[in-house]
Amino acid sequence: MTASDLLNRLFMAVLTLMGVAVIVFCLLRIVPGDPIAMMISPSATPADIAALRAHYGLDLGLPQQFGIWFMDVLKGNFGTSISQRRDVMELIGERLPATLELAFAALVFGVLAGGVIATLGTLARRTTLDPALDFINGLFLAVPDFVWALALVLLLGVFWPVFPLSGRIDPTLSTYFHTDFYLIESLVTFKFAAFGDLIAHMVMPMLALGLPLAAIVVRTLKEALAEAMVQDYVLLARLKGMSPLRLVLQEALRNAVGPTLTLTGVQFTFMIGGTVIVERIFSYPGLGNMAIDAVINRDLPLIQGIVLTFGAIFILVNILVDLIAGWLNPRGAAHG
Amino acid sequence: MTQSLVAIEGLSAISTRDGGAPVLRDVSLTLEKGEVRGLVGESGAGKSTIAKALLGILPSTVKVTGGFIRFEGRDLLAMPRRELSDLMGREITLIPQDPQTALNPARRIEAQLTDGLRLKLGMGKAAAHERALQLLDEVQIRNPERVLAAYPHELSGGMRQRILIASAFALNPKLVVADEPTTALDVTVQKEILRLIRRMQEAHGTAVIFVTHDLGVVAKICDRVTLLYAGKVIEDGATAGMLTAPKHIYTSALIAAGPRYDRPNAGLEPVPEAVFRQLRAEIGIAERRV
Ligand SMILES: Nc1ncnc2c1ncn2[C@@H]1O[C@H](COP(=O)(O)OP(=O)(O)OP(=O)(O)O)[C@@H](O)[C@H]1O
Ligand SMILES: [Mg+2]
Repeated sequence: MTASDLLNRLFMAVLTLMGVAVIVFCLLRIVPGDPIAMMISPSATPADIAALRAHYGLDLGLPQQFGIWFMDVLKGNFGTSISQRRDVMELIGERLPATLELAFAALVFGVLAGGVIATLGTLARRTTLDPALDFINGLFLAVPDFVWALALVLLLGVFWPVFPLSGRIDPTLSTYFHTDFYLIESLVTFKFAAFGDLIAHMVMPMLALGLPLAAIVVRTLKEALAEAMVQDYVLLARLKGMSPLRLVLQEALRNAVGPTLTLTGVQFTFMIGGTVIVERIFSYPGLGNMAIDAVINRDLPLIQGIVLTFGAIFILVNILVDLIAGWLNPRGAAHG
Repeated sequence: MTQSLVAIEGLSAISTRDGGAPVLRDVSLTLEKGEVRGLVGESGAGKSTIAKALLGILPSTVKVTGGFIRFEGRDLLAMPRRELSDLMGREITLIPQDPQTALNPARRIEAQLTDGLRLKLGMGKAAAHERALQLLDEVQIRNPERVLAAYPHELSGGMRQRILIASAFALNPKLVVADEPTTALDVTVQKEILRLIRRMQEAHGTAVIFVTHDLGVVAKICDRVTLLYAGKVIEDGATAGMLTAPKHIYTSALIAAGPRYDRPNAGLEPVPEAVFRQLRAEIGIAERRV
């Protein structure tokens, strides 16, 4: 990707986000449910309700509401959460790091585990281990993240309680953090007790999100590796005395990662979506968990802010994947 | 009698993929040191199977049912794995057919050209680099430094084949197996590549097994030829003698069909069906295999 391509993509990203903003805004106004009704006390008079509606700008016409909100968004102001009465950007800023850390950990786990298993499977091809592995992987492919989450709760939370069931960090540790990136901060400031506790809390949601990804990586990468391993250049390298492991890692892998990378990008955006339910199950205080509360409370500004944030992440991930793909493939074009 | 470099004796093989169909039928041939031997025959005749057997890379679906391959008297088919893999890539190397797929698109030329030097000879980076420059000079590649730093897609097909030839001769092998090394190239490039293989072969004193469909190529480069049909040796002898005074009717028919008997030119006779009928009767097969 050249610099002008990149600018082009970023420009398109902004346009896409604007489209998302319009759609979300309209959809939320169409679905039934009144945020004001959720927050008033039974004793409120019609005058009180009208005052509240005016306070949140809900008394204006739809185009006007959109215009005000949209101009504010362009200025980086996402409004005030109706249910929490705090700045939306601030709320998202507090929660997003937790979700990013979780999603990133799940991504690293999924890609690493999938990559290692695909490599081992490729080394073991033409042995009985290979079909066994394909069979087990087929089972893993069929299990979605929330089922993993529930199974893990039962397995590692109840029957064999090795990991904490919920939350992000043990509150009794009372560690003070300067940022909301707890995991990264505890690591770079050598707070290992906190780091270990954060990891322990993260294991189960990370597995729930990462295992489906790992299964997809195994299948895609193994297929591509099998194709690459029968290429003439691999044969030549084998004749020159290259070891089987190096044949896979050095000769085949770089030519085989293309499809896996693209798919991982797509899967990662699904995974961000998956954080909503998985964070809920593990009471993990991330953006996804907050999204559910926002929906329950019909907190329109907050929902809009969260959806735009998710949208921005999706688009950035896609651009990033294309950048990496271009960098990995010296021909600069997709692999045929 | 002195020992041949390669002696294939009564080699037979079947394809388990095709229900045990014979792939090689009692094939015998010898190759002397520094000699170029052509393997010709139509598609499916078993040329590549012989080439692969020499390199120890027969597919798992092809089973040898009898015979020997001796390399300097040693039985290749019975050789322990370690010994075999030590031999391959050092004393026996390969020039592949398609320079498009024979170079790793993700690795620079230098890395690929020096793999053998580093892995088989344990050369250091600097020494391997020097040797690579020397090799590129030998195969007449100008600005070798730039080529070494390039990725395969930055080079033409002819260039890539030169690099693969350099790589095949890098360790001074005793035998180079070339399976249709010019088929994928333009006609003009083909001629240069043929001349280059011949020159390298003479300079290094290397014996070459040269698989081709092209009798014109055979005439140019081969000292001796083996003609195969359906896995059977039909005729075998010195190139000049065989092309001017063929003994078998199939050989004469092929010569009459023109240099590219697999793609008969207009005005030249394709091999008559009667010849195939006689061939099948001789070998003892009922149906012509496709
Ligand atoms: N991987 C394989 N497994 C089983 N049988 C094979 C395999 N590859 C080739 N054969 C069979 O072996 C026979 C000889 O094939 P071979 O590749 O040696 O022919 P060839 O003379 O090299 O033909 P071509 O000119 O098309 O390259 C064919 O009948 C083919 O069906
Ligand atoms: Mg062949």
